[in-house]
Amino acid sequence: MTRPELLKIEGISKSYPGVRANDDVSFAVGEGEVHALLGENGAGKSTLVKMIYGLVRPDEGKMTFRGAPYTPGKPGEARASGVAMVFQHFSLFEALNVAENVALGMENPPPMRELAARIRAVSEEYGLPLDPARMVGDLSAGERQRVEIIRCLLQDPKLLIMDEPTSVLTPQEVEILFRTLRQLSAEGTAILYISHKLEEIRSLCDEATILRRGKVVATCTPREKTARELAEMMVGATLSPPERHPGEKGEVVLGVTDLSANSPIPFGTSLKGVSFTVARGEVLGIAGVAGNGQDELLLALSGELRTGADKVRIGGHAAGDLGPADRRKAGLVAAPEDRYGHAAAPDMSLIENAFLTGALRRGLTRNGFIDWAATRTFAEEVIASYDVRTPGSHVAARALSGGNLQKFLIGRELDQSPEVIVINQPTWGVDAAAAAAIRQAILNRAAEGAGVVVISQDLDELLEIADQFAVLNEGRLTKPRPVQGLTIDEIGLMMGGAHGMEVAHHV
Amino acid sequence: MLRLEKRPTPSKFWLYATPVVAVLLTMIAGGILFGLLGKNPVAVIRTIFWDPLFGEFAFYLRGQLLVKAGPLILIAIGLSLGFRAGIWNIGAEGQYIMGAICGAGVALALYPTESRLVFPLAILAGALGGWAWAMIPAILKTRFNTNEILVSLMLVYVAETILAKASTGFLRNPEGAGFPGSRSFSSYTAASNPELIAGSGLHWGGVAALATGVAAYVLLSRHILGFQIKLAGQAPRAARFHGVNPERLVLLCMGLSGALAGLAGLFEVTGPAGKISIDFNVGYGFTAIIVAFLGRLNPLGIVLAGFLMALTYVGGEMAATNMGLPSAAIQVFQGMLLFFLLGVDVLTNYRIRSALMGAR
Repeated sequence: MTRPELLKIEGISKSYPGVRANDDVSFAVGEGEVHALLGENGAGKSTLVKMIYGLVRPDEGKMTFRGAPYTPGKPGEARASGVAMVFQHFSLFEALNVAENVALGMENPPPMRELAARIRAVSEEYGLPLDPARMVGDLSAGERQRVEIIRCLLQDPKLLIMDEPTSVLTPQEVEILFRTLRQLSAEGTAILYISHKLEEIRSLCDEATILRRGKVVATCTPREKTARELAEMMVGATLSPPERHPGEKGEVVLGVTDLSANSPIPFGTSLKGVSFTVARGEVLGIAGVAGNGQDELLLALSGELRTGADKVRIGGHAAGDLGPADRRKAGLVAAPEDRYGHAAAPDMSLIENAFLTGALRRGLTRNGFIDWAATRTFAEEVIASYDVRTPGSHVAARALSGGNLQKFLIGRELDQSPEVIVINQPTWGVDAAAAAAIRQAILNRAAEGAGVVVISQDLDELLEIADQFAVLNEGRLTKPRPVQGLTIDEIGLMMGGAHGMEVAHHV
Repeated sequence: MLRLEKRPTPSKFWLYATPVVAVLLTMIAGGILFGLLGKNPVAVIRTIFWDPLFGEFAFYLRGQLLVKAGPLILIAIGLSLGFRAGIWNIGAEGQYIMGAICGAGVALALYPTESRLVFPLAILAGALGGWAWAMIPAILKTRFNTNEILVSLMLVYVAETILAKASTGFLRNPEGAGFPGSRSFSSYTAASNPELIAGSGLHWGGVAALATGVAAYVLLSRHILGFQIKLAGQAPRAARFHGVNPERLVLLCMGLSGALAGLAGLFEVTGPAGKISIDFNVGYGFTAIIVAFLGRLNPLGIVLAGFLMALTYVGGEMAATNMGLPSAAIQVFQGMLLFFLLGVDVLTNYRIRSALMGAR
């Protein structure tokens, strides 16, 4: 298939202090082509697209767009040339409605009524139903993404960059998004699709450029490769799935009964009648699209959000009214999703961050005075046994990369001989090797007799490590089911289908 | 074009260098100000920074340094604990006044009892008075989520009104021929707070200030409570995850800073000021805010900053009387110190880069 060339990248390099984010990167995207940019976290995908979108200037190399030299100094210039981007993290104002949010992203917004009409027209044309008058705070993650996509489509782009668009979608929503993207591609809009989800890339993309440590390591046609081959090109090593030694299921260590709680987070989701139990040696995987009560569930389990005493039972004892310190004493450790500011204090050293949750179960205080020597030993033990790459235990948490910090934080919890482990998004933003290590460590703890709850948006991860599977949807938890024998379609239905999107593509 | 770039870890060098740079910049900008006012800038700066230590009247002025530094340090250390936790008690001046009134009130109520217990009782009452006054904004904050900055600040003016009432009304010296002001503590030995070593300026307040400095240092570096205070200020969500109860921390920090400010007030009124009078307070409670930041919210830094600030007070007064400078100019000078400190402080966490260097 030969397509006229739309974007050509030649020898692009970009360095940050201490890191070469992109090193002599070259590739080309044809008109109407769906081009995948594949690589692990930290491989340089984000830096590369930021340069194409004018957020970052390259140190070396040149770009050509529609045959002319292309050097966007800021996103406005990129948009004017016909490049649009949907970010992984949405930049939307929750207290404004859809049309107002779209208007805020435009240089010269038309009058509101005209804009609302155009939003409706575009949303119908591409099968992305969206009411311009709705408040963004009330929308699901999938719907918010539609706002971002429509915002881009209104500019009639020649190249649409999508950064990890499916991480917030249910399987059905992914299918509908792909239909939209294929339609755009058929109309001649090229799509630069960033992901590390291999099956998606195989089903959607025409070409793929694979990045590793800032360099292009391969260019291929994804349909002609297996997912495993793609993964090995991406990681640069052969991968083995985690080993499981399922132990005997013991007595119930965590019981949650009819747990309801209002969300302490603005525009959060309250929990509605959540019930489940976790036995010793068992891993319960909780799936769901972001914003369906995951953060709230973690807070209610960690003790930051208190409920009725008998709503949460740890080791048979009522614990719903206990704070985080008392729950740790009872044997429950928790790892929140947000590492920089919630699980860890970014400006504090790893030693201080080890103390943050380890103080109690590791006996790091005497009469209220901190035993810093013992705390340092604990921190260094975690650094050594979880292969945390850091110059030392004295560095600030924020100086570590996401994956390294996550290894430290998970290790900090797992090394407290817990009875119950609750983790939200254990491997979000973590590279494949580190993710595998984290999953293995979790499974090892379960094999030693801990009860584990893993909340994650990565279905593959849950299917890999969980024994029981449940879905959080709008604050309600489905009845846990054994993982064995579950199909992706069943999971999709448990996740609440496609949030009212089917209608759109029937027209 | 210059831009700021966040450092991966805070710079140790700038942490200690910022106060020095800020003092130097204040000298330069202050010198320009004094020059514009028609004075010889070098002479004024010399009068402020040199004469109190080594000049003609240094034998007297050096003692004055400790007299002024004592309450500043005592209050600033209390404030710094709250500031570290992100709790902004701006009303130390009011707590200082209320501590003085309560402590002096208890002592005067016992007049003329000559017992060794009078002074300790007065100290206790002083601390309690300051604590109670600080509890008002603290409880309003935890109960109704009011802003402690505004409430504590406004309570300063309430306290000043009560002070006026005290010195002209309920605490007025009955033998004072109707003049405002309470009995003098210098003639009531059981309750007085005399100079401990002649000429040094050291009274019990100074002892308390230095002891508090050491205690606060140990608290912050070794005790779990100090850890929680720092954590709550740096990462509030991580603090809740750790198990800190934010409301308890507000009550604790406000209470502690209030009690220390109250103590400072009691020591001042029974010592250097000598009696409750309508204007015995000279703004230590506000200046202590500058001292707390000048000392990097670090107890040992605050002790040094307290002496530096005392120097600008003593030297500033000299400059005002000897060289005819308006006292407002001296206050502007002290304000500059905080301004430059906060400005230069950016360098601890950021470095300046030129866009040209970044692009290469």
